[in-house]
Amino acid sequence: MSPMTLKPGSSAQSAYNLRSTLPESHERHTLSVLVDNEPGVLARVIGLFSGRGYNIESLTVAETDHASHLSRITIVTSGTPQVIDQIHAQLERMVPVHAVTDLTVLGAHIERELALVKVASTGEKRVEALRMADLMQARCVDVTLESFVFEIAQTSDQIDAFIELMRPLGLVEVARTGVAAVMRGREPME
Amino acid sequence: MTTEMTGAEIVVQALKDQGVEVVFGYPGGAVLPIYDEIFKQNEIRHILVRHEQGAAHAAEGYARSTGKPGVVLVTSGPGATNAVTGMTDALMDSIPLVVLTGQVPTFMIGNDAFQEADTVGITRPCTKHNWLVKDTDRLADTIHRAFHVATRGRPGPVLVDIPKDVQFATGTYVPPEAAQTHTYAPRTRGDRAAIEAAVDLLEQAERPILYTGGGVINSGPRASKLLRELAAETGFPLTSTLMGLGAYPASGPAWIGMLGMHGTYEANMAMHGCDAMFCIGARFDDRITGKLDAFSPGSRKVHIDIDPSSINKNIRVEVPIVGDIAEVLEEMLEIWRARGSARRDTAAWWKQIEAWRAVKCLTYKPSKTSIKPQYALERLEALTKGYDRYICTEVGQHQMWAAQFMGFDEPNRWMTSGGLGTMGYGTPASIGVQIAHPGALVINVAGEASWLMNMQEMGTAVQYRLPVKQFILNNERLGMVRQWQQLLHGERYSHSWSEALPDFVKLAEAFGCKGIKCDDPAELDDAIAEMLAYDGPVIFDCLVEKHENCFPMIPSGKAHNEMLLGDASTEGAIEAGGAVLV
Ligand SMILES: Cc1ncc(C[n+]2csc(CCOP(=O)(O)OP(=O)(O)O)c2C)c(N)n1
Ligand SMILES: [Mg+2]
Repeated sequence: MSPMTLKPGSSAQSAYNLRSTLPESHERHTLSVLVDNEPGVLARVIGLFSGRGYNIESLTVAETDHASHLSRITIVTSGTPQVIDQIHAQLERMVPVHAVTDLTVLGAHIERELALVKVASTGEKRVEALRMADLMQARCVDVTLESFVFEIAQTSDQIDAFIELMRPLGLVEVARTGVAAVMRGREPME
Repeated sequence: MTTEMTGAEIVVQALKDQGVEVVFGYPGGAVLPIYDEIFKQNEIRHILVRHEQGAAHAAEGYARSTGKPGVVLVTSGPGATNAVTGMTDALMDSIPLVVLTGQVPTFMIGNDAFQEADTVGITRPCTKHNWLVKDTDRLADTIHRAFHVATRGRPGPVLVDIPKDVQFATGTYVPPEAAQTHTYAPRTRGDRAAIEAAVDLLEQAERPILYTGGGVINSGPRASKLLRELAAETGFPLTSTLMGLGAYPASGPAWIGMLGMHGTYEANMAMHGCDAMFCIGARFDDRITGKLDAFSPGSRKVHIDIDPSSINKNIRVEVPIVGDIAEVLEEMLEIWRARGSARRDTAAWWKQIEAWRAVKCLTYKPSKTSIKPQYALERLEALTKGYDRYICTEVGQHQMWAAQFMGFDEPNRWMTSGGLGTMGYGTPASIGVQIAHPGALVINVAGEASWLMNMQEMGTAVQYRLPVKQFILNNERLGMVRQWQQLLHGERYSHSWSEALPDFVKLAEAFGCKGIKCDDPAELDDAIAEMLAYDGPVIFDCLVEKHENCFPMIPSGKAHNEMLLGDASTEGAIEAGGAVLV
């Protein structure tokens, strides 16, 4: 029957791919949203998520094109495939939104997050912290006789792992930026 | 024409250039410069309402009955917050509104100034988009964009917040053509492959149904015309949501009545039993689907909608088509005709539908002693049939009865608050409709409780000599609430009656309009005739049976084929699980 054989994502206008949406399956998706950097745009996006009960695991935003006042918002969210599709469509119809890219659907992409991790310890633990940081490619950006601040730019999972390593070694506090992401290869996202 | 103007002049000029003929508004400190400009001209008519909620609903009535955007002008703070219900209503029902609000001067914003409210913050979730204009040079462009956004794609309300100093300062005016509107351009053409798949389904369906909604009306008269052609050429049965009544004529051969919670038995059974569903400009709202996992289990579904977020939101469909209804229907018919598609034999399906229709689900027990609300609407329908007629409603049982017992043969003739269900909508809406259609018969079918919510607008009706007829089905009850309490809450009628009601006839006289009261079915026709003959606003107090229930009814949490047809079938019909739903 032809309606069933309609190719998934056969055109931009059909908007929805026809992959199965079992309500049980939860997926984590990274969305990249290009928006006009106008007042209230972040409030609008966040209001959409809170108003409709969608999850935000991470959200980052900054102006990426100063000349045309465009900002890129990177959102990591989770939900059933149907909810993810809804989020995509709801974002896309907002007036200041230029483009929404679901990087998880598109495939190979790079995700990075930056964390600043403060560790205070002396003696053996201090040495061990430095050694671990070196292994995990964290950089020391501040040092006193009793503390380090490490900077680590990695995937969120790697950062989680690094923080766990530091916990017994005198972890004091953590600041994280949230995820930024782009596609692999030479093509732009939109 | 000089292009340097004050902000207030820019507002009025922009409205003129947008072709605005009427503004519904209410003045206050933060919009005085704009009112000053309105005072100096005669092109744009300003209608002074009695409450800003009234302005918004009146603008909605104007918009729905004309297809043009409705324009609202109110002051900062309370003026803006009073308009919030109207904007939310317009958002839910996809009605284009442009709301202009005054704001405290830019240098006072954030200081809790007198009558300051964070208007763009408050209205962000209840508008399609909104803007705070801090620079007079940006004002004209923003207003033009506001009109563009309100009317393009899925229509909706927008708001422009204009601080008072921006209204006083001078800036450059730009005409609509020069405005930056290109960035918002929702697609209107459907995907060809999907439309072809829909036509395949048109050809193959054995038990088809056309399920239409407000999107057909929003798309414009051409969409209604094409829908009629589609129904005629396919011979498929057609049902509509509350919002879509009139897109296809109630007198047409394909019509099987409204569907949904209080829809007809035949429409809901056909939705349940069909093998191919063509959803055209509707959105599978919970009043329509009932229990989701039991909704039309055996059908393949096509969904045409201009808003991609409406598709696959509640119900997954096999053929999604994002586009403007008129454009998509046109292409669909083109393909259907080009293929020389044979019309399916749907005789067996129609026979089944006729059997469902024979249940006569709208039957009610007539009475010689009291006016049954259904009877009142049957008589109103019969006595106004030949008129150039527009019907508004409030929200409640009377609204559902009006949808069931009045027939609409044209689009834009039926104004009712569907998505939000706003009591108090009808009176101001009727005013907006009458402003747009001065010679027409405009009736607001109301419940006494809803009607009290915005009855102050009778002052507006009298001031502008608007002969709106307020036909109140007075059951001295919050009838719909009472019905739910009867069915769901063990007949504990908690606060669901209207006590201390005013004498509506005296109230009419106090407003300077005509009051009519009727409680005898034998006198009803004469009383309605008297209302119709009166050249001015009328408040008609129609005292009806107090405990009548509205049937059919699909109880919350039930499927289409589990609908209740009358009082006898209601006992224990709604289970605890259904009671938590609204
Ligand atoms: C502003 C608002 N408040 C509350 C409700 C809930 N509600 C829905 S119908 C209804 C009763 C309406 O009574 P009435 O206008 O007399 O109409 P009837 O059902 O009696 O015909 C109420 C309170 C609502 N829809 N809108
Ligand atoms: Mg009532």
